Amino acid sequence: MRNTCLNMVHELAKRDPRVVYIGSDPGPGTLTKMQSEFPDRFYIEGISEQNVIGMAAGLAMAGYVPYVNTIATFLTRRCLEQVAIDLCLHGLPVRLIGNGGGMVYAPLGPTHTAIEDVALMRALPNMAVVAPTDAEEMRRFMPATLDWPGPIYIRLAKGKDPVVPNPDGRFEIGKGRVFGGPAPVVIAATGVTVDPAIAAAQALTVDGIAARVVAFQTVAPLDVELLAEVTGDARLVVTVEEHVRNGGLGTAVLEALADMDRPLPRVIRLGLPAAFRHHYGSQANHLAQEGLSREGIEAAVRRALK
Amino acid sequence: MPAKPSDFSAARLDARSLALRKLVIGALVAAKRGHPGPALSLVEILRVLYDDVLRVRPDQPDWRERDRCILSKGHGCLALYAVLADKGFFPVDELSGFCTYGSRLGGHPEFGIIPGVEASTGALGHGLSIGLGLALAARMQRQDWRVFVVTGDGELDEGSVWEAALSAGKHHLENLVAIVDHNKLQSYGLVSEVQDLSPLADKWRSFGFGVVEVDGHDVAALRRALTALPFEPGKPSVLICHTIKGRGVPDAESNPDWHHKNALTEAELASINAALGDFANA
Repeated sequence: MRNTCLNMVHELAKRDPRVVYIGSDPGPGTLTKMQSEFPDRFYIEGISEQNVIGMAAGLAMAGYVPYVNTIATFLTRRCLEQVAIDLCLHGLPVRLIGNGGGMVYAPLGPTHTAIEDVALMRALPNMAVVAPTDAEEMRRFMPATLDWPGPIYIRLAKGKDPVVPNPDGRFEIGKGRVFGGPAPVVIAATGVTVDPAIAAAQALTVDGIAARVVAFQTVAPLDVELLAEVTGDARLVVTVEEHVRNGGLGTAVLEALADMDRPLPRVIRLGLPAAFRHHYGSQANHLAQEGLSREGIEAAVRRALK
Repeated sequence: MPAKPSDFSAARLDARSLALRKLVIGALVAAKRGHPGPALSLVEILRVLYDDVLRVRPDQPDWRERDRCILSKGHGCLALYAVLADKGFFPVDELSGFCTYGSRLGGHPEFGIIPGVEASTGALGHGLSIGLGLALAARMQRQDWRVFVVTGDGELDEGSVWEAALSAGKHHLENLVAIVDHNKLQSYGLVSEVQDLSPLADKWRSFGFGVVEVDGHDVAALRRALTALPFEPGKPSVLICHTIKGRGVPDAESNPDWHHKNALTEAELASINAALGDFANA
């Protein structure tokens, strides 16, 4: 997914002279082809996230569409004020490519994991937050970033993530996608949790518990219209995210449901506890431990319906 | 040993400098609040920029080829508002609405709201990075417009300023000019005691800037410096302006109590009136 995203920046640069790449201190060889083809639109500015965000704002003020690439947690925590003021307050079209959203960097510990990044970003006015499900979706999504008017936070997953089918091949920022027909159980997921959510819904449906999935790759602005439509007759809504349970997709869904002029369905929010995690291991270890695997999602639905 | 105001500036204020200060103080008195000290140290810097240096069009504030001037020390905005109004970016009458609910003129300047304001500032340490991006953009577009970023001296405590300075030096941005309003006082007290910046000129030199120091209330000296850019070929420039916080109101000069005011006492108003004329504290 990351390689696809970065290669797409290069592809977009070929077709749009406004595209500029800014890396802080990525791995050697990152986007060397773009660097040699467009040296004047390729910047490596060092480990200085505050400056990089301000610099991107200045470039955007003069008509460019900068893509800033670094580790997700440094892009959201370290320079939060620059993101809020320089990008969101000015409403500038800067794209933040956050590497390692969620527990991707689990072995590196809590300084490197990004598990409250969506909460931080979606709290900021004008910021769009998008967590594509897989590399193919990333390829569909990136062209839509050229003309979105405000800033976008792009949450990257680990890579080689399972591909979620998308028969019509479309991606629209701010629009969700439904998998399955009308059902009393609705599982709302984002990013890489869409795949296990679909698997869980299929298993439950086969077992006589009709469930469908609504994928909100765009967490902000949330597709409230679609949420209203799919939860109209729902008995149970389950949200699933690789993120702390406060402030992310689950919170966004609860807020939107509460704002609808109708009784709330039962809502269960699956996610990580709101705590720094002091275990290492792999991303999969953490997701399984916190019930964010197919089995965990399925079990949560069964428990709720008992 | 605290430095005395006379160590910073020997320049006298002429009629235009006094007239602009009257606009600053008029807005402050009407609002009964604002940052007088940080605005009064800035008046000559902004006056010379807008009178003699910047290529801008007050009737077309978003003219693409204009020079960009960012007031990174956004709390000095009363001086910026006075100069922008005086130059015709918006009506002078608006100054009396400073900080009121329906006014465009808030306690820090906002981009997209106030004609002529190039960036929303107030949180310190943002302006030079934005200016860096703009200066790179001008170079990429082969445009000859320039970027001026006015910072405070207390603002230089922010690490982001030095991140931006590193990048500006690396990119040899001749079209980027930082201007430091070095009034020697920050909110708490003396800059030299809160977080000493010396040797300030050497710091900027070591980051790859051409450096000039000037009496920041000396209009002729400011004009000479700012019409001889860049200070060194192939380098960004920094003009360190030695100024007096609160300049023009004797009680306010180099007095940290005048950094920000929520109200003016009778004695303070009397001090203002004695220096600049008759302001009624409505």
